[in-house]
Amino acid sequence: MKKSVLLGTIAVAGLASGAAYADGHSSGTLAEVQERGTLNCGVSTGLTGFAAPNAEGEWEGFDVAVCRAVAVAVLGDASAVEFVPTTGQTRFTALASGEVDVLARNTTWTFSRDVDLAFEFIGVNYYDGQGFMVPRDLGVSSALELDGATVCIQTGTTTELNLADFFSSNNMSYEPVPIETNAEAQQQYLAGACDVYTTDASGLAATRATFEDPSAHVVLPEIISKEPLGPLVRHGDHEWGDIVRWTLNALISAEELGITSANVGELLGGTENPEINRILGTEGELGSMLGLEADWAANVLAAVGNYGEIFEGNIGESTPIGLARGLNAQWTDGGLLYSPPFR
Amino acid sequence: MSEIHSETALQTAYVRTEMLAEQAPPVTVSGPIKWVRENLFSSIPNAVMTIVSVYFIYVVLAAILPWMLNGIWDAGSLAECREIRDARGGSGEHGHDVACWAVLVDRWDQLMFGFYPSELYWRPILAFTLFLAAILPVLYDNLPRKLLILTAAMPFICFWLLWGGSIWAPTLVALGFVLGWAVMKFAGPTVGAMTGTILAIVLPIFYWLFALGPLLDVFNSVAPIGIQAVASREFGGFLLAFVIGASGIILSMPLGVILALGRQSDLFIINKFSVIFIEVIRGVPLIVWLFTAQLLLGYFLPPGSNFDLMVRVIIMVTLFSAAYIAEVIRGGLAALPRGQYEGADSLGLNYWQSMQLIILPQALKISIPGIVSSFIGLFKDTVLVVFIGLFDPIGFSNAIRADTDWNGIYWELFIFIGLCFFICCFGMSRYSQWLERKLATDHR
Repeated sequence: MKKSVLLGTIAVAGLASGAAYADGHSSGTLAEVQERGTLNCGVSTGLTGFAAPNAEGEWEGFDVAVCRAVAVAVLGDASAVEFVPTTGQTRFTALASGEVDVLARNTTWTFSRDVDLAFEFIGVNYYDGQGFMVPRDLGVSSALELDGATVCIQTGTTTELNLADFFSSNNMSYEPVPIETNAEAQQQYLAGACDVYTTDASGLAATRATFEDPSAHVVLPEIISKEPLGPLVRHGDHEWGDIVRWTLNALISAEELGITSANVGELLGGTENPEINRILGTEGELGSMLGLEADWAANVLAAVGNYGEIFEGNIGESTPIGLARGLNAQWTDGGLLYSPPFR
Repeated sequence: MSEIHSETALQTAYVRTEMLAEQAPPVTVSGPIKWVRENLFSSIPNAVMTIVSVYFIYVVLAAILPWMLNGIWDAGSLAECREIRDARGGSGEHGHDVACWAVLVDRWDQLMFGFYPSELYWRPILAFTLFLAAILPVLYDNLPRKLLILTAAMPFICFWLLWGGSIWAPTLVALGFVLGWAVMKFAGPTVGAMTGTILAIVLPIFYWLFALGPLLDVFNSVAPIGIQAVASREFGGFLLAFVIGASGIILSMPLGVILALGRQSDLFIINKFSVIFIEVIRGVPLIVWLFTAQLLLGYFLPPGSNFDLMVRVIIMVTLFSAAYIAEVIRGGLAALPRGQYEGADSLGLNYWQSMQLIILPQALKISIPGIVSSFIGLFKDTVLVVFIGLFDPIGFSNAIRADTDWNGIYWELFIFIGLCFFICCFGMSRYSQWLERKLATDHR
């Protein structure tokens, strides 16, 4: 009886301390981030080329660069980012619960994620798609020749469903070899447990780059799914969504207009091109419309470079991953990157 | 006759007159050869199995040992490792023929400390040393009992060293415990044992809830003493595993004892509460509790509330382990003969005295193997936090592989992590065996 009193007291105390946390919802995400002084950015726990800590513990990668760009736009400091590693299971909760302000974690933009989970995809920073990799010895040059092949596939992903669709629509059969992680897939594939490894094309390229002899393996030309990967924010704070969206658009437009981290200082002196001037804030008041400094985009470009520079630095052809621009080229070069105008 | 005589003479000549010196037994029936014959080649099937086993061991070692011992320790990436190996003349179509231990050198700090600021590594190291020193008086009872004061202060010192920040926060929290102890000690005799116990628990809780915050502000403004604060997010690698494991072990032990006593209690509410708690916690996998800590609490807590993920994980791990410990200890309690309880009663001891002096010392002794095996399980279970995005050693092995330098490296990291866990768990296991032998008082 004595202890039941104690337990009751403890329970009440627990509730009281819980209530102490409930101190009301604060205003906008922008104000929150600026007050905090750091941007909380959800990234992958490790995906080659997209997000990984280096030997010094600094986060690097293509998705990481988006986080840094937003941090520069909002706080003026590319290092003012708290990177929150998220797994496939925890990423959406982290965003929905407010643990992160932006989620830049190679997340495919789908209807249900956008609508049902109440998130706002602010654009696409990488157009990916599911592809196939086979050993060159197999002598296969097209995915349509893969009838009867054994395929290593990550279970519980959209890739599994895409694969089934592709084979049944082409009247072919296959034997799946279920695997759990990309690391396991690499081992199984190299050990010959399957003829074909299928995952997103960027993942295939990254995997192939780690092989002893990459030239002994080919990535087949067929891409069987659309995987537009983009950063996302919560529904309901459109000002914050606009900031992230136009930061990404600034990176893309800057490449189109030829603004690089090297020449941005020079271009800040004023140019003939009014759109460049508007982006860099020497003309018009686009920055203040977002609630940011006039030179927000100039700072972003000086700190992280334009889209093309980020691509080349992290996953492009000069890196071990060696991805070609492909769909991710500017629309002027036959790609899909098409930023709305800064006007 | 002469024949007989000659026979006798022969016989006499044949008999030795002096004793022979003792000879060593033949090599086949003594020493290692005897052992080998008896244990390995006692029969033809055994001999065949021995030869097959030796061959098998040879094949395994011949494959592994050169790979491990010729490992490359000095390289900046997997590609460099392969170049060095090729330059040495090794080759391999698939995988690599020698280990690339260089990844451990390159990422040693991360595997050990995670993102902890490198100039502050002395703090976790000091905290770990203190931890070892502080548990010594608990482990070995021939050390001076005064050292237990250090043990009591250790959690607060370690907390302060690891997380940094103001020195007043842990000090003032610790004062709450001192307050409770003081109430128990000095107010108990005057107001009665039961009221004393209740006061000793309620007063510190009120102190923590209402007096702690203002006091903290006052102390921080008057004397802002502190060291650089480190956020939980910076913790990683084995530091994270140790912090979660050690906190879980230390906190779950007393909680487990209380739950075990609660389950044995005749008081209805306490009994049912303990039973439900134990069965619910034990009936759900740890990974589910971790997801609860990460996902559900994230939804339930108001946005922006700063309830540290690591604290949530430690709480869940502690509760989970406490439920198991409680059942292990209940087994120990049940194993005691009824006479022990009755004897304690007949001496006029009250409940707590009889538990403290008679029952628990015996029950805990019986439970040692189970308790330690729960702790070993708890320590290994810390790697499950990888699923909620914390960078424990396994989480780091994934993150390290995500770097283009080390993509494609597997065995080296897993072998290292496995070895570290083995050393810790084996140490705990040996200690428990030593403790069992030391405490063995049964009449065999």
